[in-house]
Amino acid sequence: MRDIATTRREFLKGTAALVVSFSIDGHQTTRAQGEPPSKSVSTDQVDGFIAIDARGQVTLYTGKVDLGTGIRTALAQIAAEELDVPFSAVMVIQGDTALTPDQGVTSGSLSVQNGGLQIRQAAATARQALLGMAAKKFKVESSDLSLADGKITSKATDRSISYGALIGGKNFFLQIDKEAAVKHPEHFKIVGRPIPRVDIPAKVTGQFTYMQDFRLPGMLHGRVIRPPAIGATVLGIDEDSVNDVPGLTRVVRVGNFVGVVAETEWAAIQASRRLKVSWSSWEGLPDQNALWEHVRGTKIVKEDVTSDVGQVTSALPRGASRLHATYDFAIHTHGSIGPSCSVVEFENGAVTCWSASQGTHALRKQLAAMLSMPEEHVRCIYIDGAGCYGRNGHEDAAGDAALLSRAVGRPVRVQWMREDEHGWDPKGPPTLIDLEAALDAQGSLLAWSSAFFLPQGAATPVALIAATLAGLPHEMNIGPGGILNDTAIPYAVPNMRTVAHRLETTPLRPAWIRAPGRMQNTFANESFLDELATAAGADPLEFRLRHLRDARGAELLERLAVVATWERAAAKPRDRGARMASGRGLAFVKYELVRTYVGVVAEVDIDRLTGEIRVKRFFVVQDCGQIINPDGVKNQIEGNIVQTVSRTLLEQVKFNRSRVTSLDWGSYRIIGFPEVPEVVIDLIDRPHEKPWGSGEPSASVVPAAISNAIFAATGVRLRSVPFTPDKVKAAMVRS
Amino acid sequence: MARSITLNVNGLATEVTVDDPNMPLLYALRNNLGLHGPRFGCGLGQCGACTVHIDDNAVRSCITPLSAVGNRDVVTLEGLGTPEKPHPMQQAFIDEQAAQCGYCINGMIMEAVAFLLKTRNPSDEQIREALASNLCRCGTHLRILRAVKRAAAQA
Repeated sequence: MRDIATTRREFLKGTAALVVSFSIDGHQTTRAQGEPPSKSVSTDQVDGFIAIDARGQVTLYTGKVDLGTGIRTALAQIAAEELDVPFSAVMVIQGDTALTPDQGVTSGSLSVQNGGLQIRQAAATARQALLGMAAKKFKVESSDLSLADGKITSKATDRSISYGALIGGKNFFLQIDKEAAVKHPEHFKIVGRPIPRVDIPAKVTGQFTYMQDFRLPGMLHGRVIRPPAIGATVLGIDEDSVNDVPGLTRVVRVGNFVGVVAETEWAAIQASRRLKVSWSSWEGLPDQNALWEHVRGTKIVKEDVTSDVGQVTSALPRGASRLHATYDFAIHTHGSIGPSCSVVEFENGAVTCWSASQGTHALRKQLAAMLSMPEEHVRCIYIDGAGCYGRNGHEDAAGDAALLSRAVGRPVRVQWMREDEHGWDPKGPPTLIDLEAALDAQGSLLAWSSAFFLPQGAATPVALIAATLAGLPHEMNIGPGGILNDTAIPYAVPNMRTVAHRLETTPLRPAWIRAPGRMQNTFANESFLDELATAAGADPLEFRLRHLRDARGAELLERLAVVATWERAAAKPRDRGARMASGRGLAFVKYELVRTYVGVVAEVDIDRLTGEIRVKRFFVVQDCGQIINPDGVKNQIEGNIVQTVSRTLLEQVKFNRSRVTSLDWGSYRIIGFPEVPEVVIDLIDRPHEKPWGSGEPSASVVPAAISNAIFAATGVRLRSVPFTPDKVKAAMVRS
Repeated sequence: MARSITLNVNGLATEVTVDDPNMPLLYALRNNLGLHGPRFGCGLGQCGACTVHIDDNAVRSCITPLSAVGNRDVVTLEGLGTPEKPHPMQQAFIDEQAAQCGYCINGMIMEAVAFLLKTRNPSDEQIREALASNLCRCGTHLRILRAVKRAAAQA
């Protein structure tokens, strides 16, 4: 399989005779007669997703993009399998608003589950159509025909014909048939195999073209100058302060949006550092030391009840024992290793934007709105960037490049500096959770009540910084992501009520970061459940099984017990006199209560003296239904565990009353090699079931498993992420 | 004032024209020479994405002024091998599928190659320590460790 990121604007001009493109090996290639002139981007048309050329090469067009997860490979596997072509015959074009269907933002562990199944159905429809064409040609019944390697063979007539000869270069003009038969899993040859990722050889040899490497002829370099306080306004700019920067083209100001454009990247950086801008003062952020009081005191605009069973209020006092606890989870940043980057070009009244946005179709709407242009005149094209774990800064960099390019009339590349990324990417919002529960005389759950303090809003587009600072049209609502998910629990409790207090605001511009809400909510739920198991004198795994009415979930937990050699016993703190303590903790999720199951066991060591936690090992069992690429799934799980151990132990955004102050890797530390745990993975493959997502679910259980392991080791509950040495020591003292 | 500086990069003497001799080497490699291996990550020498070799030592090119390079040998990821003829370390990363987004991988490979030049048969602990100042956000650490171990075993 090859990958091509198409560029240029031929489709906007209405002719497609020539498409200039960059293959992943970095060489510019020219594809004559590439796509049909009027390429469909419809999600209900075969032509939206699939084109077959005269040589039988398949181009797969997908709105889902590879953020480092390997879905370029996985989606090509699905298409190749269903079309019966060799894997190497499929080329993928991703996230180009002129060429690919809008399959929604690449988020929420839905690329295979939703995007892949759309592709599978498109391919199945194409396959059915090709069979029909061959049957007509050979004057035989479809049942006489077989497909393999891009060819259809008739047994009766002993003739065969290639897909290229049947459809090559032509449109299918066919609606996707939801009933078109998909291949039986028993016949899978490509799906379910650990096919190596197509992008890795180029990535490890410096031949891959990342967004950050992309260049256009005549392109200039831009940098932004952000206000020193989030809500500050420009009082004045001293342009003379950068007179001596050679190669500086322009200082650009639109409202409170300030940037510089230069012939070289280094000149742009120098100018952005030296430019003297005076700003008003602004101190609208809360005191970080009183963050949770602030969250609790924020105006509630709405109550979302996510489950309501029985009568919680009357059941709670009837319990033989009652527990309550409050959990909190700090503000996190995405922390992409490569800062956000984009190139924008204005030409003949049309805009082309190259970016690593997870949602080029949504970005197109935002840019069109900001620039007051018709959407049809904006084309957004995806190019792989550094790892993206949600809505980070890519879209904002695109907005910056658009304003700078418009001002200077030439293509402009903007790459953020590290402090722009740490300071201005949207954050995972702070989360506060109150829980209360009662056990009956037998130690089973009688009542469960929880209240989540979550900012209002959903996974709606996050306002572009450039548009906001410049006072141009932008979204006025906040979009923290689908953070209501997993507020309710997968266990059967006779009386249960889970409520989210939706807050009017949250301190820093929020967005979704890997497992948004699901991670914070599962942290509270699965840790509190562990508290209840302890109160019931029950083994944490048995306690979960006792309340789970879900055969797949129960099977997974039983398997986890074997894989992790879980000793079923009520949690008993070990020797409390020793300085070093070790323990194991368990957590479980049925993601969003409807899909991927994950169970994990964490093994930790704690130094009671220093408060340092070392996560040594994670056992993971996952059931995500049909597995498309087992090595791709394992890569995602390893990443989820390691990244979330980092988030759980180390990470929190720091801020003063004006701005974020953790602006580099020293002040916002992430996990390093010496601290990385071992990860043992067991996958339950269910080829006959639907494929579910893997990009997030195993992240959601990590904080609770660590918290539970620390309790097992020390008898101390950690209810506040991150579990810093100071918090550990304070908790030790309290116990 | 634009001036020319000669750099020895991947075995070739190459002239670059710059306004500021104190510009970090990274920008010359990426923008003047069009190389994609060394990457901008932090500009602070904290993450390692920009790592290159200067006389076989792993160096952070984002904080190395051009004027400090002199005529020493600079090697980038491209100078180690190609997709067709990868360096054993690059092959090990392919074999272990040791990348997610891959943005940090330049630094991992350059750091690991320089490390193995000095350390034969390293322990797991030593490999972890050698890479302690290279950051990865996707959480690909375990695959990277396996790849380095694989390459070390073949060295």
